[in-house]
Amino acid sequence: MFRQVDIQFEDFAIDEALGTLKANTSAAGGFCFFAGVVRDMNDDEEIKSLYLEHYPEMTEKQLHRILDQAEARFGLLGAIVIHRIGSLAARDNIVLVAVAAAHRGEAFSACEMIMDYLKTQATFWKKEVTPEGDRWVAARGSDLSKEAAWGDSSA
Amino acid sequence: MACSELAWTSDQPDNVASLMTQILLPDGQSLASYAETESLLIAVNQQMVDGDTALNPGDEVAFFPPVTGG
Repeated sequence: MFRQVDIQFEDFAIDEALGTLKANTSAAGGFCFFAGVVRDMNDDEEIKSLYLEHYPEMTEKQLHRILDQAEARFGLLGAIVIHRIGSLAARDNIVLVAVAAAHRGEAFSACEMIMDYLKTQATFWKKEVTPEGDRWVAARGSDLSKEAAWGDSSA
Repeated sequence: MACSELAWTSDQPDNVASLMTQILLPDGQSLASYAETESLLIAVNQQMVDGDTALNPGDEVAFFPPVTGG
């Protein structure tokens, strides 16, 4: 399977990801993309910016473990995960998951599974900057339920 | 936990749970006691594990809150 995993300060472009996947997966006919973007409101508070921190020695390994599972389960032909770190403004891009499969079914499912696992297993933490001050974002119980719905998921 | 760094000396702990009883937070409670009420994830050598995981000299152990990326 073709893979690209990047943790970076810079922005990303979805059309570049499509081009890269097409160039590296000649048998793929279905491509699916998820982009996560900084919201301008959370819990009724205005978000001015977001700070994204991670555990550098571990994050990339975790993302590869997640891709290992998606590859084994859905026979993916290609996957790109790009996650930004550092200071991000409201409406900035945060994360891109792009996958290539033979047909759409595997592509839709793999893209969703990779995101669900990323939310609970990839070692990133968000801090929101609001007019009331900074606050670390709390994890959501619903993310654990979504992860559990995929069955065994030990990354 | 409101702190970024702790220094302490200890005997080589047998496992993660034993290490957690030896780490004292600034408010005096052990990390083991903190983890009874707060969610805490554990990684040894960059792999998620649970408390009964054995430790060896040189292992890198990390404790962190639930992740919130994506």
